[in-house]
Amino acid sequence: MSAVSQTSGAGADKIVLEKAFVKNWKAPISFGVVTIVALLLFVLNGREGTSSFKLTADATAIQLPVIQLPTVATGIVITVLLAGLTAYSAYRVQTERKTPLWIVAIFAFLFLVGFLAWAGAGASIPVYGLLLGTVALSAPLIFGALGGVISERSGVVNIAIEGQMLAGAFVSAMVATLTGNAFAGLFGAMVAGMLVSFVLAAFAIKYLVDQIIVGVVLNVLVLGLTSFFYSTIMTANPQMFNQPARFPRIEIPVLSQIPIIGPLLFQQTIIIYIMYVTVFVVWYGLFHTRWGLRVRSVGEHPQAADTVGIKVGVTRFWNVSLAGAVAGMGGAYFTLGSVGAFNKEMTAGAGFIALAAVIFGQWDPLKATMAALLFGFATNLQSVLGVIGSPVPSEFMLMLPYVVTILAVAGFVGKSRAPAADGKPYIK
Amino acid sequence: MTDQPTNEPNPGLSSSGMSDTGIAHLEGPLVSTGPVEPEPPSRWRVAMNEIMGGSIMISILSIVLAMVAGAILIAVTDKTVQATAGYFFAKPGDMLNAVWLAVSGAYSSLFQGSVYNFRREGFLNGIKPFMDTLNFATPLIMAGLGIGLGFRVGLFNIGGRGQMLIAIAIAGWIGFALDLPAGIHMIVAVIGGLIGGALWGGIVGLLKAKTGAHEVITTIMLNFVAFYLVSFLLRTPGALQAPGSNNPKSPPMKDTVVFPPLFGERYSVNLGLVFAIIAVIIVWWILERSSLGFKFKAVGYNPNAARVAGINVGAMFIWSMVISGALVGLAGVSQILGTVTTGFSSGIDAGIGFDAITVALLGRSKPWGIFWAAILFGAFKAGGYAMQAAQGIPIDIVLVVQSMIVLFIAAPPLVRAVFHLPTPGVFRKRTKIEAV
Amino acid sequence: MKLELRGITKRFGSLVANDNINLTVNPGEIHCLLGENGAGKSTLMNVLYGLYHAEEGEILLDDVVQDFAGPGDAMAAGIGMVHQHFMLIPVFTVAENVMLGHEETTFGGRLNMTATRKTVRELSDRFGFDLDPDALVEDLPVGVQQRVEIIKALSKNAQVLVFDEPTAVLTPQETDELMLIMKQLRDAGTAIVFITHKLREVREVADRITVIRLGKVVGEAEPTATNEELASLMVGRAVDLMIDKGPADPGAPALVVKDLSVIDHVGQMVVNRVSFEVRAGEILAIAGVQGNGQTELTEAIMGLQQHVTGEISLDGKPLNRLSVNKVLNSGVGFVPEDRNVDGLVGDFTVAENLMLDRSDGEPFVKFGNLQLGYLATFAEEKVEQFDIRAQGIRTLVGRLSGGNQQKVVLARELSRELRLFVAAQPTRGLDVGSIEFVHTQIVAARDAGVAVIVVSTELDEVAALADRVAVMYRGGIIGIVPGDTSRDVLGLMMAGEHHDSRGAVA
Repeated sequence: MSAVSQTSGAGADKIVLEKAFVKNWKAPISFGVVTIVALLLFVLNGREGTSSFKLTADATAIQLPVIQLPTVATGIVITVLLAGLTAYSAYRVQTERKTPLWIVAIFAFLFLVGFLAWAGAGASIPVYGLLLGTVALSAPLIFGALGGVISERSGVVNIAIEGQMLAGAFVSAMVATLTGNAFAGLFGAMVAGMLVSFVLAAFAIKYLVDQIIVGVVLNVLVLGLTSFFYSTIMTANPQMFNQPARFPRIEIPVLSQIPIIGPLLFQQTIIIYIMYVTVFVVWYGLFHTRWGLRVRSVGEHPQAADTVGIKVGVTRFWNVSLAGAVAGMGGAYFTLGSVGAFNKEMTAGAGFIALAAVIFGQWDPLKATMAALLFGFATNLQSVLGVIGSPVPSEFMLMLPYVVTILAVAGFVGKSRAPAADGKPYIK
Repeated sequence: MTDQPTNEPNPGLSSSGMSDTGIAHLEGPLVSTGPVEPEPPSRWRVAMNEIMGGSIMISILSIVLAMVAGAILIAVTDKTVQATAGYFFAKPGDMLNAVWLAVSGAYSSLFQGSVYNFRREGFLNGIKPFMDTLNFATPLIMAGLGIGLGFRVGLFNIGGRGQMLIAIAIAGWIGFALDLPAGIHMIVAVIGGLIGGALWGGIVGLLKAKTGAHEVITTIMLNFVAFYLVSFLLRTPGALQAPGSNNPKSPPMKDTVVFPPLFGERYSVNLGLVFAIIAVIIVWWILERSSLGFKFKAVGYNPNAARVAGINVGAMFIWSMVISGALVGLAGVSQILGTVTTGFSSGIDAGIGFDAITVALLGRSKPWGIFWAAILFGAFKAGGYAMQAAQGIPIDIVLVVQSMIVLFIAAPPLVRAVFHLPTPGVFRKRTKIEAV
Repeated sequence: MKLELRGITKRFGSLVANDNINLTVNPGEIHCLLGENGAGKSTLMNVLYGLYHAEEGEILLDDVVQDFAGPGDAMAAGIGMVHQHFMLIPVFTVAENVMLGHEETTFGGRLNMTATRKTVRELSDRFGFDLDPDALVEDLPVGVQQRVEIIKALSKNAQVLVFDEPTAVLTPQETDELMLIMKQLRDAGTAIVFITHKLREVREVADRITVIRLGKVVGEAEPTATNEELASLMVGRAVDLMIDKGPADPGAPALVVKDLSVIDHVGQMVVNRVSFEVRAGEILAIAGVQGNGQTELTEAIMGLQQHVTGEISLDGKPLNRLSVNKVLNSGVGFVPEDRNVDGLVGDFTVAENLMLDRSDGEPFVKFGNLQLGYLATFAEEKVEQFDIRAQGIRTLVGRLSGGNQQKVVLARELSRELRLFVAAQPTRGLDVGSIEFVHTQIVAARDAGVAVIVVSTELDEVAALADRVAVMYRGGIIGIVPGDTSRDVLGLMMAGEHHDSRGAVA
């Protein structure tokens, strides 16, 4: 019959959809930009001298040798290596393959070493101190990021991390001072974070108010409330309300003597140990327990969860509350772990960096922790470089987490895929 | 797998179905088109319902509730109240009296600091607080318009701070470094500020259009980037730092660039207010009468349909963020050329970027609504300082009251429940039928 | 387990979705619930499944009255449901989806994946499903996802199984397999409720048939009833979907598509080297089971797809790589598949929606200003002409019924000078009256000399409209045949069999 015409030459029975590769040049382009920066700084603007990397503190039992690198040569070698990786990444895209994560990791590490060598030319870079300070600065970010991960995995956008942390900081200072017990303060911080979460959850889940709006407004509300009470109550009588007991440093014998890792993992205050445990528990819980399966199901496809008898609203409510409690601990770290007293606006945007870590960490507790560590590292690097006299203005180092996050959400670094129902209220 | 029911007789097209809140889910429309015209025969009843249960009443009641919450805070932190509470059961009158004194004292100084001061001689002196209110309201109007315009396109611009700072950096530099004739100098500085804000906002629109990066994240991040950038410039000689100074602060603005006062030197109100009112009119025209605004709103309500109808959604994101950023930038300009003309530091934005969000929400993203909301919040600010000075109540309470207003406004069912108001029938949430 | 629904009444505001419905399903029986779109079938099942609470009536299982607070209760009582839109979480594995809601755990609260994998394999073997418990659901074809849904229900020991429009997304072949599975389940003693509006399927598997119209039970029928009897019960009058349509008078080729391919965002070739042409004054229907590339094909023509290769030209002028706006301006009208999502702005008024795709220039815009006066006149005229039942031109479109919404889309698209008219699923979810109206308008456009493409998954619609039919299967066009080709042949083509490979000549 004449009108029958055929087009596709595929067979009748099994026509499998062909996979086509869409070339994505983002990775090699970003690599290229960084390589050019390296070229400009390390080679064309190279600094004479030798850079030494100090791996252990003077006082520790086991001493590692100091690594000495000639600054200019190191810069040249690293720039060449970076260019090589860029070319390799471009080659992979050309041959229709993606750039794997390990290449990105190596690239980042090389650049970092090159940068440290360049910035620390003629000086000694205390690597151990850099790492130790990183943990200290990252701790609240990690708590906050975990709070963000839990909440967003259950489908509620948590812009209120900052508020949860600030409330935690305030209440922990107050409770720890009144009771004279740091643990009571920590518990108070969890309750405070939870209370902020209650409001977020109630407005987002019951009244279906846009979650981002509630989050933003809650941050302002908590800021107003804590500043108000700080000015009226705390400053009037700081001995009674704002001299919290602090967590002591607990040194685990033997283990704490291991170079580099020892001080990081086994020579910390209790709240840091709690942090390590929390990271593991959240990760394990989310991916290997009934709780996690249900949390993720209401965040991905609430209707599907509903049809198998999971109560979406209730699940979200309690997990947002839990998220608040975890973020609240991050607030307690400020008052009980580092500063030792509450101050107005003392979280100073840490909640927003934690949020950035959530996104940069692709809503995964471990990756978010890594992201928080990276951000803490950048902040700490800035102060360390300030001490040894850095050629880079400190403001630009401080900007780094934010710029990296923008690149991340723009898809230049990794691919972020939020839980499908994140931010969407569930209406039956 | 879509959730779109295919077999419902009257599928709710709006992805939000929450037209009465004025704040809907972000991916969908953020703001309602407001009241639908009442249809006969129940015109009168619907109109009554609208007033009683609808947006205007909700706004007023939200303000009342928030003020009550503020009163509670004032009362519990008041020294006399605390003292008298100790023997409340013996002499309850003492405590109630103390509460009354604390709250009435606070709110009367709030009023006298923001509207009319009866203790001053003559009308011209008495009205000065209201002029302060207008002065505080000026940048709030401008920035609120910027944020509100973003809302109408479905964009949540939390980047007010960054956009203001960049605008301030550029306008400020023009203001102290250039030598131009009066008038022209001012115009050049204003334009510089507009460009700065537009640029910083435009980056967000560009990233959203080209890569899909969520504007909430990018604006938050750009706030910090701008803050550190301006901090760096402020401590760098030859950039924004005042010559011969070690402080991270700029030199004062030249006289040729400063906004002249509107009603004489006696009052703080300056030319900025005129700029603000012009901005209100322009934004009204864009949103209600222009083809650009039509496309903005189409994208805000339903980006998919807009795209299919040939509207370049990405371009709308970019243009709306450019305009939004420019308006917020204008607020920054008004700060340094109108309010603080003696040189600025990195805290010059004074939280206006965030206040503007609450202003836009209270004003339901409509130009004139934003205008009145800004004046209310301007009054809180002006009165808040007076209250702090007169009664020793920290200004932070203004933040609490403002944020509570917005929370209440965002959840009309809550306010209705508190006051036992009827649910307005015309606005009842469309029920999904045969949802699958 | 015997299921009985007694006097179920469910209201949504003033709308009565279910009005005093009685239904009994015995074990080992397939009970078909037949009714048009919007008749209230899914509402009834959602009541049964505990998702909705009925205002009146009761649900009985083995003569015991049940009170379901939610789906959890219904499931515990032995009711399972295979939803029309699968209730599966795309980023979970098969096993995780199956276990969700009744997870077993081992030491430390760890999910017992081993046990679930075993359950999945056992059930999968019993029905010959060949499912990998560790496959991610999003990677599975639609037909296989449905099997996951079935296993999910069976793993919870469902004694009553509800299939809600299960064949909408299946090829005829897959449909046949599903029918076999349903019979297998019935023979094992399960009580089955089969919701559909497709008469052929009903006649094939049903033991009993209940017909619902406008929320009421309007009759029971035997499987031996004829199609005509069932159809007239279902819609309340004798249906004749065929509209008066004269023979086509095709002119020169208007739209020419050559080697068109579309790659989606995950890199799948969703349209695979497709070539065809549509002449002025003819209707080319694109038939096929949902999800075989039809949506992407129309979107590619409209300039809505990102990665497109090949050529598209209209009256000799290239159309590809133009922006949507330019495509529209070169005389293309488009009715998108999902009017709620892509066709209308629900919070805009009727009038505003009527100018939605002409917001750039005259007559609606002059010097950047909206011409509100002109718009009002224009809108009044169109409301009249297309019989749009709205309170006024300032009514929000979101408040109109589906049929009237579709009329707004048609009014907008057909009131320009067109060279090509693309209508994707133009009558989905509409009542019979609206369907007739839409069909008449489409034929009128053809008779005015416009080249028309109608995408439809409904063979009835294809038969009513097509001058020629192109059948799509897995991204390719399997063949282009005359409009009067028999359903059997079209059905086979939709399942991927080449028309000529069977030697059947129409």
